Amino acid sequence: MRSPTIGLEVHVQLNTASKMFCSCPVEFGASPNSRVCPVCLALPGALPVLNRQAVESAFAVALALHCQIQSFSQFHRKNYFYPDLPKGYQISQYDVPFSRNGYLMVETEQSKRRIGIIRVHMEEDTAKMMHGRSITEHATTSLLDFNRSGVPLLEVVSAPDITSAEEASAYLIEMRAILRTLGISSGNMEEGALRCDVNISLDGGTRAEVKNVNSFRSVRKALEYEIERQTALLDKGEPVVQETRHFEESSGITISGRTKEEAEDYRYFPEPDLVPLKITPQWIDAVRQGLPELPEERRRRLHEMGLFPAEATTIANAPELARFFDRTLSLYPNGKEIANWLLSEVSKTLNARNCTIDEIPLRPEDFAELLQLIHRGTISSKIGKTVISEMLATGKGAGKVVQEQALGQILDLETIRGWVREILAQNPKEREAYRQGKDTLFGFFVGQAMKRSEGKANPELLNRIVKEELDSDE
Amino acid sequence: MNPLLQRPAYEILPMLSRGELSCRELVEISLDWLSQTEDRIHSFLTQDGERALAKASALDQQRSKGEMPGPLFGLPVAVKDNLCTKGLRTTCGSRILEDFIPPYSATVIERLEQGGAVLLGKTNCDEFAMGSSTENSAFFPTRNPWDLERVPGGSSGGSAAAVASGQVFLSLGTDTGGSVRQPASFCGLCGFKPTYGRVSRYGLTAFASSLDQVGAFARNVRDCAMLLEAIAGYDPLDSTSLREPVPPYFRELENNPGSLRIGFAGDWLAMGLAPEVERTFHRALDTLRGLGFTIESISLPHSHYALPTYYLIAPAEASANLARFDGIRYGLRVPGENLKDLYQATRGQGFGAEVKRRIMLGTYALSAGYRDAFYLKAQQVRTLIRRDFEQAFGIVDLIAVPTAPSTAFRLGEKVDDPLAMYMADLFTIPISLAGLPSLSLPMGIERGLPVGLQLVGPALAESRILQVAWRFQQTTGLHDLVPPLAEASRA
Amino acid sequence: MKVTAGDALHIAQLARLRFSPEELEILRQQMESLLSHFSRISELDTTGIPPTSGVLPLVNVMREDIARPSLAVEDVLRNAPDREGNCFRIPTILEEE
Ligand SMILES: [Mg+2]
Ligand SMILES: [Zn+2]
Repeated sequence: MRSPTIGLEVHVQLNTASKMFCSCPVEFGASPNSRVCPVCLALPGALPVLNRQAVESAFAVALALHCQIQSFSQFHRKNYFYPDLPKGYQISQYDVPFSRNGYLMVETEQSKRRIGIIRVHMEEDTAKMMHGRSITEHATTSLLDFNRSGVPLLEVVSAPDITSAEEASAYLIEMRAILRTLGISSGNMEEGALRCDVNISLDGGTRAEVKNVNSFRSVRKALEYEIERQTALLDKGEPVVQETRHFEESSGITISGRTKEEAEDYRYFPEPDLVPLKITPQWIDAVRQGLPELPEERRRRLHEMGLFPAEATTIANAPELARFFDRTLSLYPNGKEIANWLLSEVSKTLNARNCTIDEIPLRPEDFAELLQLIHRGTISSKIGKTVISEMLATGKGAGKVVQEQALGQILDLETIRGWVREILAQNPKEREAYRQGKDTLFGFFVGQAMKRSEGKANPELLNRIVKEELDSDE
Repeated sequence: MNPLLQRPAYEILPMLSRGELSCRELVEISLDWLSQTEDRIHSFLTQDGERALAKASALDQQRSKGEMPGPLFGLPVAVKDNLCTKGLRTTCGSRILEDFIPPYSATVIERLEQGGAVLLGKTNCDEFAMGSSTENSAFFPTRNPWDLERVPGGSSGGSAAAVASGQVFLSLGTDTGGSVRQPASFCGLCGFKPTYGRVSRYGLTAFASSLDQVGAFARNVRDCAMLLEAIAGYDPLDSTSLREPVPPYFRELENNPGSLRIGFAGDWLAMGLAPEVERTFHRALDTLRGLGFTIESISLPHSHYALPTYYLIAPAEASANLARFDGIRYGLRVPGENLKDLYQATRGQGFGAEVKRRIMLGTYALSAGYRDAFYLKAQQVRTLIRRDFEQAFGIVDLIAVPTAPSTAFRLGEKVDDPLAMYMADLFTIPISLAGLPSLSLPMGIERGLPVGLQLVGPALAESRILQVAWRFQQTTGLHDLVPPLAEASRA
Repeated sequence: MKVTAGDALHIAQLARLRFSPEELEILRQQMESLLSHFSRISELDTTGIPPTSGVLPLVNVMREDIARPSLAVEDVLRNAPDREGNCFRIPTILEEE
């Protein structure tokens, strides 16, 4: 089998309050052209002013990817014409990107490998173009919405170190976990907050680029398809054309883009409307101080706490879940139990409602209280499940649910003894049989008494009292 | 012509703020004179008389309510049509923006408004400020009030002609390689191009971003100081705007600049200039000596390379700056078979010959294979030119040089020879490349045409330049010059 | 300094400018002559000379990340050559992809 060489170019939208070079709000789903100003519409005379938070978010990503942040950086104009690019150039970075030479540890079932990051640079997003949506004139027009124009972007370029579709997918998942943990991007591929161009070649072949692959599944499928396609070509002794291809979501195949009649010539030159960045070690340190625990570290810590690797990954890769976990942990110091409950009952609800833990009315304090109640034996695990679903539905605290619904275990000896005597009195035949030596009937009495208590009797006490009462017959 | 229109703005201003003359009255007089002269001069692309009158009335009301008058209270002004004015057509002298109405105003326009200036309209210019005669306007050429057969200079020719003819007291132009100073020289005005970064570029349609500056036209140095002071200063919307506080230029004008050394660069005169300009210049040096300044010879050896350097860097930047005029979001759109066709047709029809020539040159200078030899090399030479000035300002406090190699030339004289036209900026371009402040002021009148002197300072030496210029003007009497056009109508 | 007809056409296409063949030929000649004049700068030895892309001593000019109101939609679209609803409309560009 020919081994593939894969490199990924990832564009990340930053979730800053305002755009990269103007004060328009960054807001998804706003009505068309309602978040647009002279700058992001490229009216004559408008000038860019750099967003400090975008720069610092970029630093955070570069640090998380172990990149070297350069002491000097500059923006360049990348010149090309396209309707979604209002200025006719994109403000991007060229030969002096703000960071270079990092890596990302990527783990698959087969391996854990270091994937090189060649560079991370800052740029701006383009407008959104919708094709053939015209109501009045068939499908002969395209519509433009400039709300997205100027949204801050990071471009992360990996080295061609990736060796399989699975690894590419793992790379993206890890990237997203980092972005989410840093809190600087939703990392949502479906919404376009994370976009991916794929470069792939096989041993002895040239490289093809697949543009804008818009989901994790698609990245995998596009790569698998390309590996198959290129293998077939090379096996037949045919060359792989160096070209840009597009992935077609519906059919799962890649299609050749129009071959370029002229080589692209972006005529880069330093953006004269912006001044250079001089990045001091103090500035970098200040950003470094503010970095949260990153997914890799966090996974290691959770694993050491006794969580299974899969559990650790699920929690560590979802920053809200991790935050919730850690807050609960500070109140109820048993990570394993927290994980058990979080990843079963709570996750079920999250999946069903398709939301994150921040969006449901469950507080870590209440969740810790529930675990305490179970631990102390006030309620059984079984009742615990009823309680948590009530908590998730209403947002009430565990104690309150237990009290309101009288779900607490009954520990009072005389109450339990009363139920046991009632049961024994109602079943004289069985009682006689037991006395004759049919020991197996013990369970029958316990079961009946538990039923009488509506499941609330503490099981240990109930056992003990049934035994005492039966024994008193002898 | 009403004699009021020939008086310095600094004399009119107190009359307006005291209510001795109403703003409305003055605007009416100005508009009347404008309507009498405009068909001969063609300074304006768009007049805004109605709103000017409304604004003047509003100002009069404010004054009657006792509100503090602004520094330009009630003065009729005009601005070059490459400065965006909210709700008022802004064409940049181009067909591609013939119907463009900006939804926002340039920072300098807002400062004029806040200062109480009354905008009479938008002035003609070479298309996208590319030119030295205003003949590259897509609409019509502007005439020089000193001789209607001659050009007013450019690219801010409309702004210069409007002030020189008395249509307005003050105006704004923009200067990339000399576009304020050279027309000031041709029209007998003061034209100040400030230090790069001193005045906000926000709302100034970019030609060459690393060189563009808004500049001020006035008929005397005092008025010029007043206008510059009103528009200068930090603007958070322009990343290349300087934070240094703006000195009170107007008040500091009477200060004694001290016994300054003024440099004179022989290298420049060797680049070629008309004999009458050279003669006048030597007389001006004598005047400066007579004022107690020392004239010292300095060397700016790389000035010889400034023209090619400028004509590689400025078009390169322009090629990107003008890419936004693509027929998609505003401006002219010429339909095409496909997208590329639409772009090419729109830009092919929308831009004039000089603009296209410069876009071609700039695109070439940046394109793969030529970028290093042209664009990058020019940037390195720009460093050498800057270093020349740094060294010179280690020795002298100001530099004096003619503004232009000749006086105003005839319409049509240079339109077919791009290089000859480019040469008109020979003495202004090196200063632009170094980003330095420079004022052009009249140093004589030769055969009925004004000749300009440039006083160049180190960065942020605006006040020093103005002080020396004011002394020069008081000695020579070469201020508030009245061209024949206004002279004749005085009777 | 030689500028071929092919060069001129290529540059015109990069810059998205249309010329008639006659116009392009005149322009080619002008470019050739101007560039020959400008290439005088190659006489200078600029080894080790840093390029000047801006004259200001400024670095790190940034604004705080505060969102402010955008233009009204009508102002955004006021000068649109063609629109549909609140979007700019252009002829379809699918064939350009
Ligand atoms: Mg990119
Ligand atoms: Zn904006």
